[in-house]
Amino acid sequence: MAEYKGVLICGEVADGKLAAISQELLYAGRQLANALGVELSAALVGSGVNGLSREMVALGADKVYVVDDPLLKDYQGDSYVPVLEKLCQKVMPEIVLVGQTSMGRDLAPRLAFRLGTVAAMDCVLLGIDPQSKLLIQTRPVYGGSALATFVTESARPQMATVRVKAMSQAERDDSRKGEVIPFAAGLQASDLRAKVVNKVKEEVAGVKLEDAKVIVSGGRGVGGSESFSYLNDLAKVLGAAVGASRPPCDSGWVPSSVQVGLTGKIVTPDLYIAVAISGSSQHLAGCSGSKCIVAINKDPEANIFKVAQFGLVGDYRKVLPAFAQKCKELMSG
Amino acid sequence: MNIVVCVKQVPDPETPPSSFKIDSVANRVMPAAGVPPVISPFDEHAVEAALRIKDAKGAKVTVISMGKDLVMDVVKKPLSMGADELILLQDEAFEGGDSFTTAYALSMAIKKTGQYDLILCGRQAADWDVGQVGLGIAELLGIPSVAPVKKVEALDGRVKVERVVPDGYEVIEVPMPAVVTISNELGEPRYATMKGIMAAARKKPTVWTSQDIGAEASKIGKAGSRIKLLKLFIPVREVKCVMAEGESIEEAAADLALKMRAAKII
Repeated sequence: MAEYKGVLICGEVADGKLAAISQELLYAGRQLANALGVELSAALVGSGVNGLSREMVALGADKVYVVDDPLLKDYQGDSYVPVLEKLCQKVMPEIVLVGQTSMGRDLAPRLAFRLGTVAAMDCVLLGIDPQSKLLIQTRPVYGGSALATFVTESARPQMATVRVKAMSQAERDDSRKGEVIPFAAGLQASDLRAKVVNKVKEEVAGVKLEDAKVIVSGGRGVGGSESFSYLNDLAKVLGAAVGASRPPCDSGWVPSSVQVGLTGKIVTPDLYIAVAISGSSQHLAGCSGSKCIVAINKDPEANIFKVAQFGLVGDYRKVLPAFAQKCKELMSG
Repeated sequence: MNIVVCVKQVPDPETPPSSFKIDSVANRVMPAAGVPPVISPFDEHAVEAALRIKDAKGAKVTVISMGKDLVMDVVKKPLSMGADELILLQDEAFEGGDSFTTAYALSMAIKKTGQYDLILCGRQAADWDVGQVGLGIAELLGIPSVAPVKKVEALDGRVKVERVVPDGYEVIEVPMPAVVTISNELGEPRYATMKGIMAAARKKPTVWTSQDIGAEASKIGKAGSRIKLLKLFIPVREVKCVMAEGESIEEAAADLALKMRAAKII
């Protein structure tokens, strides 16, 4: 295994900029590379992405491999997997990190199997064992009810996907030096078996959940689509985004794009107000990084009170209007 | 058209957190007393997706399940919902495996079924939450995959799917054979009908061992595992919840706002 050396992170680009996960991967990758005393490489894959390579150096990469090809404009497993397979064969990293994002969830398993390894998906903690020098991979399991720690003993590379917002962001230092290396994709249009025929946006008006400082979120107990107006009214007062746990999304009360949880969005606002949410592990997986959780629930035994800093037992229909009124008073005063 | 659905029996994810216990010596979850296992919910969505295609176009739906201590009433649920056939992979040699060995065994079993057009899996299993097996099967079979998906429609020689992405969905067409993993946005799976339950009771599952599927011993179970579990533990959450109080619910609501103000949260 001596020929495998260094850490490679797989960057992501969104709307022509490095996605936040790229900075988190560069942070995590840098820590691991320092612990091992090896180089940190970054893959920058996409179309028209060359201009971002210097930024990756400034954020900590020693080498940036740029794969710039029109066929890589959007993520497709059929194009990204073979490109990264070739790149991994060239770089021969001992560790590969990918984001646990829409792209990474699809990319990492196929890439891992193609390279003869396996991925530890959705890691929240990564470290190097001081003795064995193996990558210690910690990830939530059983819907977040437990954590599990894994090692990849002999398969290489050791591969992990990293949960969004689980790591700090790398700090930019424009004086950092690094090498930018172009890498040919070598793709043909016929390689793409799956064809995207349409993209449908289901964005909700107002503050984006992922960027919101305050989120008002509703659960099964809200009872229906119309009752979400109670949450919307409070959200207006607080300048908050409105989210939901899985049941309201599955029941079609709100679009699934506002789902907070293990299989939805992971949010880390300053304030998360959970309304009529019981607090299943899979929901907490999406909001437990919030600075402050406030729970409003009829059931005093609800699990959500175990993770909340503030709580109120009562019917949200009575609580929210009075609470919103008082907040308005306090915030204007 | 032949559809294969891979399903896994798991501890009920709706088990209350207070009943969730770990055997820290054996590094495994202890079954909660009196809570029967279930088919992993996303896998049940995958069965539903297969049955919707069967309803629309006609298809043979074969369900494959691998595991030990399988409860017959649980693993037969897809049959009672309307699936045609159930294959169980049961062999001590499969035990102690990981995502790779599972995907390998399932891919060998799928090959043994003969003609397959569409393979459906849940986006991830509700126990280990990995989401690697479905895509791994596609990789091992050398066929395309789309994940995670909320709608599947069979067209001539290809499938049209709606892939869930953070800001909506993508409509994708992919030639068959293909693997598609299914997410909960598909909608509620159907209930088993009485007729279905009776028909399922009469059906005997086919049981295959590692030899039956021609699996190489070095690629299954503990021997084939590429990842090793070191430790399984329940994280400690140390939060004390301050409860708002008042004579009336409205007063309590105002008290909540005041307490949050005092803590500089609003």
